[in-house]
Amino acid sequence: MMQAENASAPPERASAVTKPPSDVARERGVTAEDPSTLPAKVKVRNLNFWYGNAQALFENDIDIPAYRVTAIIGPSGCGKSTHIRVYNRIYELYRTHRAEGSVELDGQNILSPSVNLIELRKRVGMIFQRPTPFPMTIFDNIAYGLKLHYHVPRSELEDRVEDALKRGALWDEVADKLDEPATALSGGQQQRLCIARAIAVEPELLLMDEPCSAIDPVATAKIEDLIETLRDNYTVVLVTHNMQQAARVSDFTAFFFKGWIVEFNATTEIFTNPREKRTEDYITGRFG
Amino acid sequence: MVPAALLGIAVLAWILWEVIARGSAALTPAFFTQAPTPPGVEGGGLANAIVGTLVLTAIATGIGTPIGVLAGVFLAEFGTKSRIATAVRFTTNLLMGTPSIIIGIFVYALLVLPVGHFSGWAGAVALAIIIIPVVLRTTEDMLSLVPDELRESALALGAPRWRATLGVVFRAAKTGLVTGVLLAVARVSGETAPLLFTALNSYYWPETINEPTANLTVTIFNYAMSPYADWQEKAWGASLLITVGVLFVGVLSRFVLDRRKKTSWQT
Repeated sequence: MMQAENASAPPERASAVTKPPSDVARERGVTAEDPSTLPAKVKVRNLNFWYGNAQALFENDIDIPAYRVTAIIGPSGCGKSTHIRVYNRIYELYRTHRAEGSVELDGQNILSPSVNLIELRKRVGMIFQRPTPFPMTIFDNIAYGLKLHYHVPRSELEDRVEDALKRGALWDEVADKLDEPATALSGGQQQRLCIARAIAVEPELLLMDEPCSAIDPVATAKIEDLIETLRDNYTVVLVTHNMQQAARVSDFTAFFFKGWIVEFNATTEIFTNPREKRTEDYITGRFG
Repeated sequence: MVPAALLGIAVLAWILWEVIARGSAALTPAFFTQAPTPPGVEGGGLANAIVGTLVLTAIATGIGTPIGVLAGVFLAEFGTKSRIATAVRFTTNLLMGTPSIIIGIFVYALLVLPVGHFSGWAGAVALAIIIIPVVLRTTEDMLSLVPDELRESALALGAPRWRATLGVVFRAAKTGLVTGVLLAVARVSGETAPLLFTALNSYYWPETINEPTANLTVTIFNYAMSPYADWQEKAWGASLLITVGVLFVGVLSRFVLDRRKKTSWQT
């Protein structure tokens, strides 16, 4: 799968994929910031998570800096997705899933039972591994979230849909076929549609759960460029199993292992100068 | 294996052939427009029974579909593995396997004996009881096919659970749900046993369904056993009509399912 993707990737990306992530991070030339000096959008303290009796997260502490892209990396099954699924409490769809601890969004503990879930999810958008276009037209897909939260006249709705599609870098490709089913779009277009749909409701925090793992490299490049632009208006948390991707697009990287947060720092630091032995072993490909 | 398959097809073809050969002569315009004549008098038709069957099936579908769909939604979306859902699933399987004549007797005791006469209502209720488990099971199955990510996507946008279910999950499973109802309709439109003790039959137009109500299947039962050649021929005609009707609904549901493959969320 990975090999096939590499083979068809555009040249500069192809070299980036074969390159060690440390070089990718170094070449971006971003000055490393210390995450603890920045204002935190999300403050996680002592977060534990259980699937039934199996504990999946252990004492997670992390401060997600506002208006930055934070990547979460780690081997499969290490709790990356589980961790971000707490931020919008989507795990509550399943009765055996349970979270304990505190997750503060702008100072408010969202795990408190008094939190209005609908209000929370309006503020915290989520993009999934596989694109999830709703079985309706492109227009209605974007309008779905808008209609949930805003009562606006049709003309304004149309403006907002157009705006969301533009910010999702999809407008040029779908402007003349808004009435066609969203399921007819390509995988990469569907994923950008999902990003546009999430953006349309004006969230503050965007959670992306391996958004590129089911789409081809060219589409991946487009989505990475899109993430680049999102940083200006949103706080982004990106779960990825692709270290080069983390090195390319993120400002900060957290390394998860077996449900523990092993290390969290500026992305360049993580990839060029990891403090923990396990982080180093993972990013140099010694396991994972 | 191949001979067995051929034998199966051959039996089906034979049934179709017999029904067409013996029944097509009875399907005159009068068959569709007139009520029956007294025995021995030539002419007349089974228009009253055709209307009766349509009315009974429609009412049964109207009662059975909402109950079946709601229960199916409960099992697929909310109850899933709870104790009550397990109990409902088990009961549904039993109900599906219950001989339809037993459902007829049950409704007889429930709705016919207390009022002292047969009625179309009782017949429709008996058919509805047959429809419920069929619709319930297909609803649950079709909703279970909708991937969890689609539910999560709707909820993650801030949709309340009911809006996610109605606006997104139902839409994704729409054609499957329609197919389930069509299959249930096809199933009951050929039922005789549950109507024998409930709607019974009538030689008159179904002006009210508070009385015994004419229907095709019990008419076939009565006419086929009668000594009159004319009635026997009409029984064959009614058989052909039901066969074609059930076949039509079956093909329609296949058509709907085929379309699903082209437009569904799962690509």
